[in-house]
Amino acid sequence: MIQAILKRLLGAVPALIGVIIVTFILTRALPGDPAAYFAGASGSQEAIEEVRVKLGLDRSLPEQFFFYVRDLARGDWGSSLTTGQPVLTEIGERLPASLELTLVGLILAVVVAIPLGVLAATRPGSWVDHLCRGITTAGVSLPTFFTGLLLAYIFYFLLGWAPSPLGRLDPYTSAPDFVTGFYLIDSLIARDLETFRAAAAQLVLPAVTLALFVLAPLARMTRASMLGVLSADFVRTARASGLHPLTVLFTYAFRNALLPVLTTLGMVFSFLLGSNVLVEKVFAWPGIGSFAIEALVASDYAPVQGFVLAMALLYVLLNLMIDIAYGLVDPRARLQA
Amino acid sequence: MSALIPNAAAEGSIAISGTAAPKAPAALLLEVDQLAVEFRTRSGTVRALEDVSLALAEGETVGLVGESGSGKSVLSFAAMGIQDPAARITAGSLRFAGQDLLAHKGAAMKALRGREMAMIFQNPRVALNPIRAVGRQIEDVLARHTDLHAAARRRRAIECLAEVRIPDPERRYAAYPFELSGGMCQRVMIAIALACKPRLLIADEPTTGLDVTTQAAIMRLISELSAERRMATLLITHDLGLAREYCDRIAVMHAGHIVEVGPTETLFAAPRHPYTERLIAATPVGAASLDDLAAIEGNLPDLRRTDLPSCRFAERCARRGRECDAPLGLVAVGAQHSVACHRPLGTESAEAQHVAFA
Repeated sequence: MIQAILKRLLGAVPALIGVIIVTFILTRALPGDPAAYFAGASGSQEAIEEVRVKLGLDRSLPEQFFFYVRDLARGDWGSSLTTGQPVLTEIGERLPASLELTLVGLILAVVVAIPLGVLAATRPGSWVDHLCRGITTAGVSLPTFFTGLLLAYIFYFLLGWAPSPLGRLDPYTSAPDFVTGFYLIDSLIARDLETFRAAAAQLVLPAVTLALFVLAPLARMTRASMLGVLSADFVRTARASGLHPLTVLFTYAFRNALLPVLTTLGMVFSFLLGSNVLVEKVFAWPGIGSFAIEALVASDYAPVQGFVLAMALLYVLLNLMIDIAYGLVDPRARLQA
Repeated sequence: MSALIPNAAAEGSIAISGTAAPKAPAALLLEVDQLAVEFRTRSGTVRALEDVSLALAEGETVGLVGESGSGKSVLSFAAMGIQDPAARITAGSLRFAGQDLLAHKGAAMKALRGREMAMIFQNPRVALNPIRAVGRQIEDVLARHTDLHAAARRRRAIECLAEVRIPDPERRYAAYPFELSGGMCQRVMIAIALACKPRLLIADEPTTGLDVTTQAAIMRLISELSAERRMATLLITHDLGLAREYCDRIAVMHAGHIVEVGPTETLFAAPRHPYTERLIAATPVGAASLDDLAAIEGNLPDLRRTDLPSCRFAERCARRGRECDAPLGLVAVGAQHSVACHRPLGTESAEAQHVAFA
């Protein structure tokens, strides 16, 4: 098993090399001149040139690439020009924020979508089935920034139940000591329930926004997959053996129906990580998506490259985890060493 | 070959461990009485079974034959209570060892299913849970129907695998269906069905989807186990050759009716229903060339029709006469032999043209 995992990780190396090359070329191909941007609107031609030399952008592309790779090999991902911080530090601070939001949203979605899909499949045509269809249709057709704004409008502005949608903590609470970067976990480690409550309160609306969006594909896949499995021959065998209906439903049908759901889960997770920029913007969430967008606008190469590389690494890990989970459920899909 | 299928009623002395009283008149185990099953579909009501009566005695092997769509599986599913949700039992009764299976919303059926009455299916590779070790699937049944504790369940599961002649059962216990051949999977399914030593086994085309050599081995296994345990067996098949070889009695179904039922030898020697005769003539035997095989003209009538004739074979029947529109039921024509036909064939019949058989 360990051997198989190492093999998979090694197999990802060519892909990562490709990612490094492509992002390097793409960032250089983008319109916009970082030297002009950072020299300022009133910067003279000489000032611009000076910045250019300082940034190393006067060199040829192969030279620049060589220096970039050399730095990467040393573990130096470069520094952001806008903030002056090393990219790795910035990502280290912002990635947990995004991950926490995405994970909580995803867990919420799974907790609702899977029972909903299972119930809809076991009672086709019932009100649960119609509810499932309604929610999934709404989920796919409402864009996240709209649901986000709507939720903020209703629960913050109209009802006042939610705190102001401005980041991970309200201004009166200080962040817990950094352990995992997940405020919910860190505050629990610090036994600071007040901070935990504050962080959770901030998290609810953006997480629900994400969950509503992810709910749709998950619930639909669960329902379709369950319907397929429930009419399978082996479920009939299980019924004919007189097994308890719950055993038939969970041990026999649901575990088999889980496989496509897992695949969908992996897909939406990776999709969410990169694309919850809109939700982060709406809720002023200091996540990695908004970080990348800001860097992109400023033609700040190092953070953009760092973002893409971090995402690529995350995708590799995520896919590996999905494959391992797949193997746990389905003996036919066990990783071969 | 018929030596392999001891007619348990006649040869009761082979019963194991002396629990079953030898020579005692076999008690009726499963009684299907005037059963009617309908499917409500969007395009109309399918009258899938009508006035179906059939009884199985302990230790007896009965074949249920007929072309696809004749209602064989509907009947067996209804008997097990695992019919499609769209199916409704609209008339008739089902009894198992004297208990009414349909009473109290099928409470008795639920209690007996998998323990006293078990079923095996066609296409064994897809009829087993693909992601559960086969031993565990046997254990699931044991856990449901017995109070064996975990270790004993495991022992019994391995024993079950050994009983269906699976070599190296300890190792096969942990195997998944995809690691086994079709024949092995069918053996596993038989092991699951027989785990609780049922008194009735319904085998729904158990050899469909298996290659010919495996078919013979599986059928031999089923008939040996049935004989050992004095287990009543309902063998559902469209293969008349198979039914002839392994069954004491045969019931012929056509379009949701049982049209003829009788002892195997009598039925083959002198079929009384024209459909039975056509079915026998349509069965490939040994060296017979394709030209010797007679297809049965026409198709099964659409069971959604509201103007179904009382004899559902009438529209395909060469012997159809005016009297055929009259109401119809099974009429005894010999010992244990009855037929539902207004113009049954005489005793001279089909054996002449099918003398090569057996």
